[in-house]
Amino acid sequence: MKQNLDTIVEIRDLHFSRGTRVIFDGIDIDVKRGKVTAVMGPSGSGKTTLLRLIGGQLLPDSGIIKVEGENIPTLSRVQLYKVRRWIGMLFQSGALFTDLTVFENVAFPLREHTQLPESMIYDLVLMKLQAVGLRGARELMPSQLSGGMARRVALARALALDPLLIMFDEPFAGQDPITMGVLVKLIRLLNDSLGMTTIIVSHDVQETLTIADYVYVIADGRVIGQGTPKTLMESATGWVKQFIQGLPDGPVPFHYPAQDYARDLLGERVGENV
Amino acid sequence: MIKMRTVEITVGLFLIAGILSLLMLSLQVSGLSHFLREEPGYKIKADFANIGGLKIRGRVTLAGVVIGRVSHIELEPQSFNATVTLTINPKVTYLPLDTRASIQTAGLLGDNYISLTPGFDQHAFLKEGDVIPAENTDSAIVLENLVSQFLAGQASKEPPSSGAAAPPSPVKREKGN
Amino acid sequence: MIVRRIQALGRSGLAFVQDAGHTSLFLFNSLVGRPDFIHGTERLIKQLYFVGVLSLLIITLSGLFIGMVLALQGYTTLVKFGAEQALGQLIALSLVRELGPVVGALLFAGRAGSALTAEIGLMKSSEQLSSMEMMGVDPLKRVIAPRFWAGQIAMPVLSLIFTAVAILGGYMVGVEWLGVDSGAFWANMQAAVDFDTDVVNGIIKSIVFGTVVTWIAVYQGIECEPTAEGIGRATTRTVVYSSLATLGLDFFLTAVMFGDT
Repeated sequence: MKQNLDTIVEIRDLHFSRGTRVIFDGIDIDVKRGKVTAVMGPSGSGKTTLLRLIGGQLLPDSGIIKVEGENIPTLSRVQLYKVRRWIGMLFQSGALFTDLTVFENVAFPLREHTQLPESMIYDLVLMKLQAVGLRGARELMPSQLSGGMARRVALARALALDPLLIMFDEPFAGQDPITMGVLVKLIRLLNDSLGMTTIIVSHDVQETLTIADYVYVIADGRVIGQGTPKTLMESATGWVKQFIQGLPDGPVPFHYPAQDYARDLLGERVGENV
Repeated sequence: MIKMRTVEITVGLFLIAGILSLLMLSLQVSGLSHFLREEPGYKIKADFANIGGLKIRGRVTLAGVVIGRVSHIELEPQSFNATVTLTINPKVTYLPLDTRASIQTAGLLGDNYISLTPGFDQHAFLKEGDVIPAENTDSAIVLENLVSQFLAGQASKEPPSSGAAAPPSPVKREKGN
Repeated sequence: MIVRRIQALGRSGLAFVQDAGHTSLFLFNSLVGRPDFIHGTERLIKQLYFVGVLSLLIITLSGLFIGMVLALQGYTTLVKFGAEQALGQLIALSLVRELGPVVGALLFAGRAGSALTAEIGLMKSSEQLSSMEMMGVDPLKRVIAPRFWAGQIAMPVLSLIFTAVAILGGYMVGVEWLGVDSGAFWANMQAAVDFDTDVVNGIIKSIVFGTVVTWIAVYQGIECEPTAEGIGRATTRTVVYSSLATLGLDFFLTAVMFGDT
């Protein structure tokens, strides 16, 4: 398969299952260089799993996951750790190291992977913290930060090594509107100004659609809709339409499967022999 | 957040406390200080017909004073004797050549140790490599042998009768005194 | 029926072998590899603080009380035989050979082992370990190895301190309070305790227990289910497994070390 220069991540016919539960049943995803690509789907549809597969923390049952032409599942441990330096990942909880200050958290990847002198690390960390607007919080401990601030620090840390690709796991979940606005602005701004590629995994439809260049919707282990936000909003049908517009009823029924309501009320109890 | 300096100092104190404890255990508790001082010394050998339960590092005493340790025990194949190597404190240079060595027991059930009894030779003293021959040694007294000898002696003196066989029990013990 | 029983037995046997292999590989991976001495030392010192220094209070207090109780109990028994002079011997031998390493390890499992499991479990559940992995840093080397070595070093030191403090506690009660002769106390102790058998074997025991307890603690931490309940269960398992392993291994080691004398 020849490498496509526009595509940084190329996923082909990916199968993955946990025990007997099938998470991915043959999905294809292309992430274009320099764009913000969003992967949306209901809770439990394996969005986080997808990011872990791209990062090589999980191995697929079959299929190809290429990042910059390297097929992740076939890499050796050493090669994998090398590839991961190009990838920044932001976990849902931020995953800051609780025993280090904000400054040391951001400095962590620099100290681990470079031999830079302390003065340069200092400058770089301040630049990254300035980019997320938290230069003044550098001496705080992670426990002193609000959820939104912790995510911004984690973002600064993910940016520390200037990755080619940055992946966000539910960046908006559980945030107040102001924080969401800040995060949306930051993600878009950083993607464009630093020339990175962004993958966002989320079920927050509105925020995701405002910043994504291209959207994949996955459910039941398959890609069931894709396109630019505009085309999705206009032309979506069935399940995708219900998901995007947040309708309470549709192909996904409001009611959990049950027997007929009237018969239930009339006392024909199931599984009860009186 | 604790300062790294404090952490380093307390960890240092912690390790020092550990080393001090080790020193206390080795010097004050196990008496390694005596042992270390006694370890250099001259070695003599003694042949015994039976060493009983004597062990390496057993005490060697003279008039009840510890003057050395048992450092080696082996079987001498020709005579079937046990050859015991004793390391004697170098300050004790005045053991006569005809010194007797006997294996004794500390108390009724205690460890075996070697007791030396000085001889009468005024001119020749034991030195490195000398051997105390089997004629000048007393073997360990094995308690079981003594008991069986005693019983055998008793049996030969008075032949068993029905009266003697019955257990004498004139006093009945009361429970709880 | 019987076939099914045998099948179940076989399955649990296989699971056990698999588990044992997995844990050994884990231990191996976390210790082998390029050590980073400059940063490594700093991390080790930090972990020594958490594992060792913070366990010091419980270790010294327990040691003091255990030594005092030993002296009291030993005295009341020995005095019936007129052998209270042997008190020092009784206290020192039981502490140096058994109680120091074993009770030290049990306390260590309860204080430091459970804390290690909880800390690593929390790092796992808050995705700190995953994010470290995604940054291209191996958490086994960065997080597990310093904690493992710290436990390995701290356990014998703690056990030595425990034994020393307990003997001093026994001295306080036996000599200062109950009036055993001080000279006889120490002399009998020195006559009975051998450095190269008793003290060294005690230290070997505590090193073995340190390895096992720390190993169980970090393994339970990294394998725990990343939820609040999962961490709680893993912490309990750490204390239970390491206590049982300590006592079982102690019997085995005692049989090997002192069984033939």
